[in-house]
Amino acid sequence: MMAANLPAAQNMLRTSFRDSKRRRERVGRLLVHLILLIVGALFLFPFVWMLLTALKSDQQLFSNQWIPNPPVWSNFSKALEYIPFWKYTLNTLYICALSVAGAIFSSVLPAYGFARLRWPGRDLLFLIVLATMMLPYQVTMIPVYIIFRNLNWINTFKPLTVPAFFGSAFFIFLLRQFFMGIPEELSDAARIDGLGEFGILFRIILPLSKPAVATVALFTFMWTWNDFLGPLIYLSDINMYTLSLGLQQFQTAHGAEWALLMAASTVVVLPVLVLFFFTQKTFIKGIAVTGLKG
Amino acid sequence: MSAATVPRLHRLTRMQRRRLFYGLFFVSPWIIGFLWFTLYPMGASLYYSFTDYNLIKTPQWIGAANFRELLGDELFWTSLYNTFYLTVVGLPVTTIFSVGLAVLLNQKIRGLAFYRTIYYVPSVVPIVATSIVWMWLLNPAYGPINTFLGWLGISGPNWLRDMVWAKPALILTGLWGVGPSVIIYLAALQEVPQQLLEAAELDGAGAWQKLFRITLPMISPAVFFNVIMGVIGSFQIFAQPLIMTNGGPANATLVYALYLFRNAFSYFKMGYASALAWVLFGIILLCTVLIFKTSARWVYYETGGNR
Repeated sequence: MMAANLPAAQNMLRTSFRDSKRRRERVGRLLVHLILLIVGALFLFPFVWMLLTALKSDQQLFSNQWIPNPPVWSNFSKALEYIPFWKYTLNTLYICALSVAGAIFSSVLPAYGFARLRWPGRDLLFLIVLATMMLPYQVTMIPVYIIFRNLNWINTFKPLTVPAFFGSAFFIFLLRQFFMGIPEELSDAARIDGLGEFGILFRIILPLSKPAVATVALFTFMWTWNDFLGPLIYLSDINMYTLSLGLQQFQTAHGAEWALLMAASTVVVLPVLVLFFFTQKTFIKGIAVTGLKG
Repeated sequence: MSAATVPRLHRLTRMQRRRLFYGLFFVSPWIIGFLWFTLYPMGASLYYSFTDYNLIKTPQWIGAANFRELLGDELFWTSLYNTFYLTVVGLPVTTIFSVGLAVLLNQKIRGLAFYRTIYYVPSVVPIVATSIVWMWLLNPAYGPINTFLGWLGISGPNWLRDMVWAKPALILTGLWGVGPSVIIYLAALQEVPQQLLEAAELDGAGAWQKLFRITLPMISPAVFFNVIMGVIGSFQIFAQPLIMTNGGPANATLVYALYLFRNAFSYFKMGYASALAWVLFGIILLCTVLIFKTSARWVYYETGGNR
């Protein structure tokens, strides 16, 4: 009897052990979800609060009423009167478009040179590319300002766009890593077929590198759209402001008009949010691969 | 780099010269940019740091006077202290928070993409908008943060206008932007070999043991990378203090980059600001070297594979 029952008993013990383990895992997973949801709600809350505030009248604002009732939609049109939104959007878009074009041009060519061509001195130069990433911008900020001042470029968009055409270490690094992953045989075959280096770059490497180039374009767009220091230093004519600078100046001038400030912020934030939602895969992959910060 | 990589032109064969020409041609946008926006400005800024220069008169050579002045400049020390505070307190808090979130996200849960999006979104918001929204969230009378603290029976501080709480308020604002670090840590976590964890489980290791003995050591290179980038970034914090507190109250948030900016573009002391910039560079280099030196003790590299 005993001997026959032993395996069964063992089995029962084992299943109950497995059950309790599974139950513990399920409780654990539920706890994980709970924490992630709470933190997630905290992360979303500032957006919600921004929008709620944007729709409040002054009276609602200072009476600790959480939900605006009735919502004051006119805050948005008023905020857009304070900030010439469309003009600033056009300024920002202009700077962004040129910067994106410049960043792609000036990182694709050097990245190809570093990844796919063999030439004396290449590795030394690439080491310098990497080293420049460690340099704080403050070291070069003042002489670069003086250079642009001597060129009479202050209060033009040039200081904010021209540098993009001369290579960013981050993007050269990112694209080089990507190009190096493309099999060398493809280039060799093309060379045998008589394609030159430009032909190889444009007909073989670039079509295979669309995701990486998209990452460069996206990051450049976002960074330029969000840039504050550059416009602050170089733009003083109120008609040339970017959205970020316009918003900051509005804040300095009307710091206490919270509803209008939140309405203006919502309008500035919304385009990036929309862009992000449509492109988040490219974004998140780019961050994970390079360790870049957005 | 051996001497062989620095070639003498006349010693190259025709083929090598052709290759060199092609290589330099492709890299030329970067080379021009490097000379124009990095190398020349570095030299110029080093020169300015030994001069008195206000943009109108030509720079006057004054030797190391700027650096001597700096040592006796109370605001220099204040700004240095504030920046160190933000780094020494802010960076560990941020690191623990983002590693924690990444570990939770790595628990093979459903809805990963959903959470990832939520945590990432704040970091695409323009810094100006982030700062303004958080000023409102931190508003002592009408902000939801103090309202919430009030529910718990805590009377919240005057955050951005309080000598003690202004810096923690900046750190709190910064926590909203941990998304990119979480993504990097999550990517590192997903590379941790599953067999290692299973083997440990067979040996009877619990969840915490697995976390502290295997997972965390395995992602220490990513932590290392992020800490270095974090130190560099934290010494350059500028926009948030400028917008949210303008350095106040009583210089409690006058960070290094803000003080440097004021010297350059408000007082037009370009020489003095350049000296500040080089001291900043020196401090960043020193910190980086120190972190590198200690890294052997806490960063685990698999033999063969490293970042």
